[in-house]
Amino acid sequence: MAINWFKYSAPSSFYALAGKLIPWFAWPAGVLTLAGLYIGFFVAPTDAVQSEAYRIIFIHVPASILSMFIYLVMAGYAALGLIFNTRLSSMMATALAPSGALMAFISLWTGALWGKPMWGTWWVWDARLTSELILLFLYLGFISLQASIEDPRRADRAGALLAIVGSVNVPIIYFSVQWWNTLHQGATMKLTGTSMHIAMQQAMFTMFFALWMYVIAIALSRVRSIILEREKNSQWVAELKEVGQ
Amino acid sequence: MNSMTIFGLVRLVIGRDVKLAMRRRADVLTILIFFVMIVSLFPLAVGSEVDLLRKMAPGVVWVAALLSSMLSLGRMFSADYLDGTLEQMLLVPQSFSMLVLSKIAAHWLMSGVPLVLIAPILGLQFDMPVESLLVLVVALLLGTPVLSMIGAVGAALTLGLRGGGVLVSLLVLPLCIPVLIFGTSAVSAITEGTNPLPNLALLGAILLGSVVFSPWVAAQALKISME
Amino acid sequence: MSWSEFFAMKGYALYIWGSYGVSAIVVLMEVILVRRRKKLALDQVRIAKLVEAEET
Repeated sequence: MAINWFKYSAPSSFYALAGKLIPWFAWPAGVLTLAGLYIGFFVAPTDAVQSEAYRIIFIHVPASILSMFIYLVMAGYAALGLIFNTRLSSMMATALAPSGALMAFISLWTGALWGKPMWGTWWVWDARLTSELILLFLYLGFISLQASIEDPRRADRAGALLAIVGSVNVPIIYFSVQWWNTLHQGATMKLTGTSMHIAMQQAMFTMFFALWMYVIAIALSRVRSIILEREKNSQWVAELKEVGQ
Repeated sequence: MNSMTIFGLVRLVIGRDVKLAMRRRADVLTILIFFVMIVSLFPLAVGSEVDLLRKMAPGVVWVAALLSSMLSLGRMFSADYLDGTLEQMLLVPQSFSMLVLSKIAAHWLMSGVPLVLIAPILGLQFDMPVESLLVLVVALLLGTPVLSMIGAVGAALTLGLRGGGVLVSLLVLPLCIPVLIFGTSAVSAITEGTNPLPNLALLGAILLGSVVFSPWVAAQALKISME
Repeated sequence: MSWSEFFAMKGYALYIWGSYGVSAIVVLMEVILVRRRKKLALDQVRIAKLVEAEET
């Protein structure tokens, strides 16, 4: 039985599929978040060194990992869209960008609020936080480039090229920031300095999956809106029940 | 034009662009004046305490060089794009990436080299010792072409967009951060007496990497923008 | 452990609830914005349908 890979690459069939999938990601995201927070705040013990402040780690670390992960996934979709000319992959990249930027912002915000009790200042030029800030700039560059091009096809392809160039540069940027950081300010305390109690790890993994499910749900619903916006004149959209008579 | 070798084409394009730029010398001068002005603003803003200025000098000169090269990126392709020569250039039998590389080289000659020449004089304003001025020049010589090359990709992507000038900087500045870091740490290394060689070597590595990839990427970007 | 002790978080309340609170607000805003965008997209489709209906 030959699997027709491209059955769901047509926007119309993917629109329906995504619609069915969203609840399957949204509900687990909600449940996992509650579970993760419960473990994080009630099960995980007070930390010897930082007492309660370390609990910010349960949102900070997942958001940082996700912000980097989403950028790579976005660059992957962008490359697919550029190589195979499948418009849907480019739409997915466009749909993922705001969520990635949001994760980067959450990571920066929680990192700064965690830096205050731990290192005494709101913003610390720590290598990881600085690289996260640059990653946020890369996201904003991608989003504003796509926003300033009217023709969707050119916007997709230009954004794709920028995402690919960006993803090639990210390791170089991370290396140069590490180099710059050790130059000026020695390695600061590692984020997970103390040995991680099992409950802490469980909380962090749960929160990671929760955020991951959430991002998938949000990206799927955003891509549905993008499909509608781009195919608003086509026949299958007009016949959608949601549109009505 | 088709019987020409690759290097004939490169010479032709660089000669043409330099001649065009020289005709409107004001543009080249405005970038230079902009560079000098920014560097001279800092002592006014920060106070004229010498050892503070000496410590800040590499960072100030490099940031000013970055901003000045951003300023001139808009003009790299727009003139040819508006009067249609860029479309003709797309059809050239030789490799289009080489043509883009020569346009980048011409742009660097007109915007990067003047900065490198004038930087030592500005360095004196910050009372920088002679050997750190030398390292500054070498670092800028290695770094400014990379700014032009990465900038070329940004300029090609934002071809013909209104508000393209600011957008290019937003796209390109994050990608230039490694050049900024290695450039400034090379100069501050020499002032602290340590060996600047590793930083310059890394700058050289980035330069070589960009020479290989950025013309092709910029050519793809131009094709995307010109469809 | 009483609720007030819990929320005090041994003095780190501002930082912990500051980060979780803002993250929650930002996520909520994103959900609202995405739903609004869906509604606007559907409106665009309806307008396109009307325009087309008048032409034929």
